[in-house]
Amino acid sequence: MLEIARSTYDDIVAHARRDHPDEACGVVAGPVGTDRPERFVPMLNAARSPTFYEFDPADLLALYRDMDDRDEEPVVVYHSHTATEAYPSRTDITLAQEPGAHYVLISTRDPETVELRSYRILDGEVTEEEVRVVPALSPRRTS
Amino acid sequence: MSIEVRIPTILRQYTGGEKAVDGAGATLAELLDDLESRHAGLRDRLVDEKGLRRFVNVYLNDEDVRFLDGLGTPVKDGDSVTVLPAVAGG
Repeated sequence: MLEIARSTYDDIVAHARRDHPDEACGVVAGPVGTDRPERFVPMLNAARSPTFYEFDPADLLALYRDMDDRDEEPVVVYHSHTATEAYPSRTDITLAQEPGAHYVLISTRDPETVELRSYRILDGEVTEEEVRVVPALSPRRTS
Repeated sequence: MSIEVRIPTILRQYTGGEKAVDGAGATLAELLDDLESRHAGLRDRLVDEKGLRRFVNVYLNDEDVRFLDGLGTPVKDGDSVTVLPAVAGG
């Protein structure tokens, strides 16, 4: 299950709409081990394509350095599909290399309908999971 | 002195869970050969018969080695190498 704050959900959808007809992509980072998508980080799609996305390699290094410094990991990796459903493509499955991430797919094929779904992608196997949108993430447990 | 190589989550199965390992060599290719001697299987995830794999990024300090000399990029003690899988899809 992915629990995500309403504002973050809206940020992801807005980014996908803004970049349409190209695919949009980014991450939501969170403290390591917490599974909390706290920090929305839209990325540039270096491919600038309606059918492919790739984080720019220099931006990717900067992102991971930044997350490392903050003790974060990519809790959510999101991207949009611009003409097809919000389900991982064969390419998405082959290239998924963050075993701990929730892979969030947004479809922008219909400007009136929001389609946002979440998956785990492990060793080529896709498992859809529930997305629970909450007004705000529950307070962080400190122990 | 040696060269620190930072390993992404998905490849830590080859390093006993370590986030960073040390290696030696005069070029990136030699460094990867050295790592392979202690972390069998790692090299294959980074290179194929044509060179560095398309969806794996390797950085020497701050530079993508694709903009340097790829596997032939000279490396030296004190350098830091970072491996990051591309975040990409269709």
